[in-house]
This record gives sequence, C-alpha cells and structure tokens, in this order.
Amino acid sequence: MAQGTIVIDQDRCKGCELCTTVCPQGVIAMDMMALNAKGYHPAVLQDPQHHCTGCAICAVICPDVCITVYREIPQPRKNKLEEVTSHGA
Amino acid sequence: MAREMLKGNVAIAEAAVRAGCEAYFGYPITPQTELLEYMSSRMVELGRVFLQAESEVAAINMVYGAACAGVQVMTSSSSPGISLMQEGLSYIAGSEVPCVIVDVMRGGPGLGNILPSQSDYFQVTKSAGHGDFHPIVLAPASVQEAIDFTMLAFELAQKYRHIVIIAADGQIGQMMEPAELPPMKDYPLPRPNWALTGANGREKNVITSLYLNADEEEAFNNRLQKKLALIRSVEQRSDEFATDDAELLVVGYGTAGRIAMSAVQLAREKGLKVGLFRPQTLYPFPEQRLSELAEQVDMCLVVEMNAGQMIEDVRLAVKDSIPVEFYGRMGGNIPMPDELLRVIERYYAYSAVLA
Amino acid sequence: MTIDIIPIEHMQVVYDRPEALACNHTHYCPGCTHSIAHRLVAEAIDELGLREQTILVAPVGCSVFAYNYFTVDGCEAAHGRAPAMATGIKRVSPDKTVITYQGDGDLASIGIAEIIHAAARGEKITTIFVNNAIYGMTGGQMAPTTLPNQKTTSSPSGRDIASTGAPLKISELLAQIDGAVYVVRRSLHDVKHIRQAKKAILTALKVQQAGLGFGLVELLSTCPTNWGMTPVDAMHWVETAMMPYFPLGDYKIADSVHKLG
Repeated sequence: MAQGTIVIDQDRCKGCELCTTVCPQGVIAMDMMALNAKGYHPAVLQDPQHHCTGCAICAVICPDVCITVYREIPQPRKNKLEEVTSHGA
Repeated sequence: MAREMLKGNVAIAEAAVRAGCEAYFGYPITPQTELLEYMSSRMVELGRVFLQAESEVAAINMVYGAACAGVQVMTSSSSPGISLMQEGLSYIAGSEVPCVIVDVMRGGPGLGNILPSQSDYFQVTKSAGHGDFHPIVLAPASVQEAIDFTMLAFELAQKYRHIVIIAADGQIGQMMEPAELPPMKDYPLPRPNWALTGANGREKNVITSLYLNADEEEAFNNRLQKKLALIRSVEQRSDEFATDDAELLVVGYGTAGRIAMSAVQLAREKGLKVGLFRPQTLYPFPEQRLSELAEQVDMCLVVEMNAGQMIEDVRLAVKDSIPVEFYGRMGGNIPMPDELLRVIERYYAYSAVLA
Repeated sequence: MTIDIIPIEHMQVVYDRPEALACNHTHYCPGCTHSIAHRLVAEAIDELGLREQTILVAPVGCSVFAYNYFTVDGCEAAHGRAPAMATGIKRVSPDKTVITYQGDGDLASIGIAEIIHAAARGEKITTIFVNNAIYGMTGGQMAPTTLPNQKTTSSPSGRDIASTGAPLKISELLAQIDGAVYVVRRSLHDVKHIRQAKKAILTALKVQQAGLGFGLVELLSTCPTNWGMTPVDAMHWVETAMMPYFPLGDYKIADSVHKLG
C-alpha cells in the first residue's frame, strides 16, 4: 500500500467531525485537549503506525478545505527484461 | 438629418439605439409598448441584445446584470411596472452601475388607466426604491426633447455611474410630431475596468450592494450623497418663457409645462405679465434658477397632472418668499390652454390684490 | 516487517485547495455542505480552465457571500432574481461562463418565476441549486422544500401540508421544460455522493460551454444549525428523510448532452 499523510489546517477546522467518520484507516480524531483560534476542537491526525495511504477521502468530505493530502511518489516499477539484462551485462 | 414625423415611444427607442444602447430588456405595458416593439426588431437588426422578460421584476434584474457586465443598457415601462422595478433600482443604486429607465407615466394609483399622468413624480424623484438615493430624472415635453433627453440620459448614466429615468407620460409616448434624430454614435463602447468580464489577467471584480459592516455602509452612503450633491450642483436644467417682466410665474414640466406655455402666450396676448418656468430635470430639481425668478415675481402657479407633487419642490425652492398656488388635473385628463388661461387670470388678479 | 518511513518531503500533494476557491475562511456553520458545494464548483471551474472567464451570481441566503469565496468575477443578485441577472450578463457576454448559485428559499420560493423562465428560454447558464429544506440565513424558517411535518421556526408544530402545501420538487418541475437540457439531483451527504455531484457539476458546465441550453444541478444539503443536529447526524438525515422525498437521479438529459460524452 502506498504511504501518505495529511496536514490539517488547525485554525480553519470548525470541529464538524465529518472527517473522523470516513477515514478508512481511522487515523483522524478530534483533539479534545486543544482549542483552535475559532474555539473549536480541531481534527488531528493520530497515525503513529503510518497507516494513512493518502486516499483523500477525508479531504473530499471536509467542508472547509482544511486538509492537504500527501501521497508517496510511485517509483516506476522496473520491468523483468530490463532487470535481467542490467544484471547480466 | 432631416425632421420626420415620429411617435414618442419610437423616437425614444431609436434615440437609445443611436446613443449606443447595447441591450434592452422590457415587458409589455400600455402606454409604452411601442417602444418595446420597436426595439424587438431594431436591436436584433443591429445584432444587439433584445429580450422580453417574464415580468418587470425580471426585466430590471436583467438590466442590472447587463449593467454589471459593463454595457449601456435600458428598459422602459409605465407606472405599475416601475413600481415593480423599485427593488431592482435600489440594488442598482447600491452598486452604482449605470442604466437608463423610461417611465411613460399613466393614470394611477393601482391599475389606474392608460391615459397620460404625472402622478409618479414622487416615485421617480424621491422614492425609486428603498434607501437614500435619487435617480437623475429628465422630463421631456416634446418628441424632440424625448430624443435629446434620451441621448443625454446615456451620457449622464455613464458619467455618474447612475440611474437616469426619462419621465415621459402617455401623451408624449403616444403622440407623433416632427422631430430630428441625431447621427449614430460609435458603438459599442469598451467595457469599463470595473465591469464583470472575467478575472482574466487581473484581480477579480465584485459588484454588490451588500455592506454588512455599518461603517462601510455609511462610508458608501456618504460617497453616494457626495455624488448627488455634485449632480445637484452641475446638472440642473430648465427652460423658461417671458420671465423678464413676469409678475405671475407658471411652473410646469412635461406635457403640463407644454400646455402651460400656450396658456402663458394667450395671457401675454391679453397684456398679462405672466411667465413660464419649465423644469427639464426633475432631479436635480432646478432650484437655483427658480429661486432667482421667485425674487422677481409676486406669485407662482404650479400646474401638474396629479394632486400636487412637484409643488413641494417649488415651495422648497421658493422658501415661502411668495405664495405658491396649484392647479392640477388627474385621472388622465389633460388641462386645455383656455382652461389654464382662466386659472391664470384668476390668480393674476388675486396676486395684484396681494401686491 | 519494518517499512521505511517516507518523509513528507518525498511525497506529492494529491489533494489541495482548487485555485478558483478563495482561501479566506467561510462564515458557514460547522459541517454545512454549502462549503462542499463551493469546493466542487471551484474544482470543476479549475478542471475546465474557466476561472478567468467565469462570472458568479450569488443569491440572498446563506451563500450571499459566495462571491467572496471564489476567485472569479462575482455579483450579488436580489433575492430570487439571480437567473434574471445571469440572463442579463450572459446575453451581453455570450462567451463567458455564467453560474447562479442559489438556495431553496431563493430559487424555489421568491425566485420560482425567474428560474422557470430562464429554463424556458434555454438560457445558456448553469444553476447550482442547494436544497437544504430550510431558510438558513434568517434562522431556520420553513422553505418550499421543507419536508412534511418538519419542524422549523415558522412551522413550529411541523409543516402542515394541508395549509402550506407539499414540498416543491424542483428538478422534476424544471425537467418538463424544453429549454432545460440538463437537470439532475445529487446529494452531498457522503463521499460517494459528493464525487457523483462533482461529475454532475462538471457536466453542467460542459453543457454551458457547448451552448446547449439551461443546466441545473440540485444538491441535497445539510443545515446542522437550523435542523438542530450535529453535522454527522445531519448528513444521515439527508439520506433517511430527504432522499425518499427528493429521489436522486437524472431528470433531464437531452440528446445533445448525451452526445457531449
């Protein structure tokens, strides 16, 4: 699975919780210990195991465009022939 | 250009075309419909925009849209239709986009009738919609003036980014008389930089009348009032006749002013020192000239085709320095010259007693 | 098995704010789907490269400040009059993309005549119609799309169909009009439906680009504050309460639109 991550603009979040209900990996939660500039508990990424795949589902449902989604740059897969010939030469 | 027999409504329409009107949105209502009908062929013939809207409410909002897009735009209607347009006019005033409105006034209130009247004076000069604003209002008394004032209307609308209303009446709209049309102006004008043309290589433009913040709304209103003060100071227009030695000054505009002219001429033939003052702009009301004349005469006699509306502005201009009397006809009745002559004679004698 | 952690610097952005969406914070309530609708319209404008020639006509209602949230030319229509104003703009600027963005009070109540006649004329504009079954900005009154028995501040004991009539089905209504070539109803209540709504908005703008006629996308939306629900529950209410009354679907897709592909 590709690796990804997200950056949540804490002060733009209005604490609506929608992202937390859709994340397939369940790595977004509401930060009940923090208050943002608007006085909401913002959403926060809690992903120590790096389960986030950068699928962007959270960003699709986020009403306030708080979430920027990053995903691993896919390495071009070497095809078999090229691999064999490069070793042999 | 030669003089030709022209119907008022048609003359106004053709004058608008020659002034460079790029879009016309209207709705049928007697006594103005010929203007719309003429535009329905002429504008299309010239490849310009013509659309009959589903209501005057829609028509004025189409005008508002086209004005925001930066083109010279116009609509025409009659009293009940102008009432429906008031909300749109207020939005247009609140966004300072230019447009020309023709009001061919008819008998009222309510459905009233389709005969000429001047009972929308207050509506067009003082309460054209909610909020502190006044359109510029021009009052033609002939088909020629209707043409000239239409050309002027488009100039003033552009100059001040303002609403200009041509306050005609059923008589002026429906009658035919010889008049001369000006040459076609260059067309189309480039769209101003404030217009909504797409944020192409520039910051976006936003046109709105919404200022939630009180200070911003007040600042906007102060700007609007300053513009109105400028308009009042430089755009007052009037015509007069035999005022040099006049003792009684008859004051009337549009059709009432035109008929009062005949009555004044009749009175002069009978040796009465009577003059005529005819406002051509109803807003800004020509108070400068009227107040000067008020110092030379003993009495004003205001003649209108309503229950007395412009008379209030006459009183404001004259400031009670002399008596201001009134004679009005309503319901679509037009005062005849001899009828006005008898009124003039009565007040002339009365003012002599007072003097 | 240990996996090597890829630092963010070695990742690419795959989802970000569309250029046509301004970055100032919106005034919308938490969880309000107006914001999602704005983003979808902005994404569609970006994808079709229309940002520099789009003119947005905002309504009166919660989205009255829509022109602040887009980086396109915008104006403010009187309540219900956006279709007429948009007609005025489009007729004198046929090469521009003109969009009206309206709520259910604006479009289905005071502006019903204007929307029907814009459709009847086949006006080449696109209308984004946000249906959240209530007047939001004024604090939660009954709208033409308020559901039967739905409590609002002006139907406190629930909407009484006998006296206020049944909710207006705008998409079904407009689909009867020849000039309307693309009329669909979508919803914003979950990710799958948001993606479908995005496609519909893209199609509607392509319809305008091709000058085929009037297009409207109705979007079932939430109003957590005035419905008195959490944003999450509100999304659910769209599905359980609104959709049975306002079925999603394609109510009018003219042949000319099909040919667009």
